[in-house]
Amino acid sequence: MKKQSPSPAKRRGSSSRFKETIVPHLISISAVLIVFFILRAIIVQAEQWPRIKAQFFNLQVIIEVFPKVLHGFGINMAVWVISLVVIAVWALLLAIFRSLNGPWFAPLRVFAIVYIDLLRGLPSLLLVLLFGFGMPALNIPGLPKSNIFWGALAMISSYSAYAAEVYRSGMDSVHDGQRAAAKALGLNQGQTLRYAILPQAVRNVIPSLLNLAVALQKDVALLSVLGVRDAVREAQIYTARTFNYSTLIAAAILFLIATIPMARFTDWVTERDRKRRLQRTQ
Amino acid sequence: MNRIEIEHLTKYYGNKLVLDDISLNVKEHEVVTLIGASGSGKSTLLRCVNNLVDFNEGDIRIDGRSLFDQSFGPAALYKKVGIVFQAYNLFPTMTVLDNITLAPRKVHGKTKKDSENKAKELLRLLDLEDFADSYPEQLSGGQQQRVAIVRAMATEPELLLLDEITAALDPELIGGVLSVIKELKTKGMTMLIVTHEMGFARDVSDRVCFLDGGKIIEEAPPQKLFTTPENTRTQNFLQRIIESGRL
Ligand SMILES: Nc1ncnc2c1ncn2[C@@H]1O[C@H](COP(=O)(O)OP(=O)(O)OP(=O)(O)O)[C@@H](O)[C@H]1O
Ligand SMILES: [Mg+2]
Repeated sequence: MKKQSPSPAKRRGSSSRFKETIVPHLISISAVLIVFFILRAIIVQAEQWPRIKAQFFNLQVIIEVFPKVLHGFGINMAVWVISLVVIAVWALLLAIFRSLNGPWFAPLRVFAIVYIDLLRGLPSLLLVLLFGFGMPALNIPGLPKSNIFWGALAMISSYSAYAAEVYRSGMDSVHDGQRAAAKALGLNQGQTLRYAILPQAVRNVIPSLLNLAVALQKDVALLSVLGVRDAVREAQIYTARTFNYSTLIAAAILFLIATIPMARFTDWVTERDRKRRLQRTQ
Repeated sequence: MNRIEIEHLTKYYGNKLVLDDISLNVKEHEVVTLIGASGSGKSTLLRCVNNLVDFNEGDIRIDGRSLFDQSFGPAALYKKVGIVFQAYNLFPTMTVLDNITLAPRKVHGKTKKDSENKAKELLRLLDLEDFADSYPEQLSGGQQQRVAIVRAMATEPELLLLDEITAALDPELIGGVLSVIKELKTKGMTMLIVTHEMGFARDVSDRVCFLDGGKIIEEAPPQKLFTTPENTRTQNFLQRIIESGRL
């Protein structure tokens, strides 16, 4: 929009430019507002509305528990950020293991394949339960007992399997000519990966990785089943006591505040990536 | 003195015979050009020479050392032999300068300073000094291909393989790239070249080989091969080239 070359509209003067650029926006905004108010009028007049409002949108309840839910949400986001960093590195290692040629690397290759197949095939919830309850129950000295630790490790294990496959598709998408060029310059397998293949592979898969990050941002709430006092758990504790669900709405709002910008950011990066590719093929 | 010796080279892709008992030598300071229709095996032959693809039978020796010689490792081979590809194959995530200095630094242990000085000197020779810090995609095809030539030259190879280095270029950019190669010839570089530019082949080659169906059908100095070819298949090929206005 910003880089438009002088269009016929511009030359016709500012009044027609107003018509062509601002009026459509005004129409869109008005249309959305009209529909919103009609729906609102219908909902508010409905017989059930006061009950729904009291159950889900009780402002007093929301305000009352908000500090606790917010604190829990902080745990969610901390687990998310730490997991992201670990996943980004661990999944890359798995993808590299899987890509290595040569008989000596067979154990690493097989390990990566088995790992990815197993962990991609299992529901995250099952892994969280298995790690989070199972590991501390073993009572092995030296191993951490914290359920946050084991829950996060379960999420990391599961998401790494997906992310490894994303990395691998990125490595496969690097043109064969790049490998040939690297080899012809005398680079060995490791140098070829490090300097030629991985930088391009990672650049190619950043949008897909960000999509995984958005999914994980919500899925960290699975840790609540372990009793970790995250946003969902805090909300549930209150709900169980009072049978009022407004606290869950409070948690929902917090998640949306975090996930929607993240999703928008992902869209923006994806779009930029798409443009870059278009430019390159021109 | 023979620098490249190819003996009874045979290569299959699956069941398909791609190189059929090829024997060819390239002497010191000699420029040998491979011509032939698409799919005749020219690129495959070139890639066998620097071990980018395996072959089924025969042997290739560089300065008398077989590619099968265990002590003749990649570092030694690629120190001697450089290649430039049709598609340039520059690394897109690296600047021009980093593309050029990568092998000298990481493979041949040159310091950053030395390799950058050398790279800048080569870039200056090819009128590319302004692009040292650019990324490949910011350059025209002709500029990228000249950078690829600089990258191949940066390790000071003694033998250069060129695989249709102008095939992806707009006509007005071809001349600039080919003049670089002619310059290399006057400096005595030994080269094995695949090209569709017959005028260039005629000007630069000491010997031209016509490939068809994975075999060398005819081999002669350019004056002879382009004017009085003996084999009818060579004649037909050149006839088609002349008709399409490429000679
Ligand atoms: N990786 C591959 N796998 C299978 N077949 C291949 C492969 N590379 C080349 N071939 C086949 O080998 C034959 C020779 O290919 P090559 O690329 O050497 O031909 P060329 O003479 O260089 O042709 P062009 O002038 O089009 O570049 C062709 O028939 C091609 O289909
Ligand atoms: Mg070819």
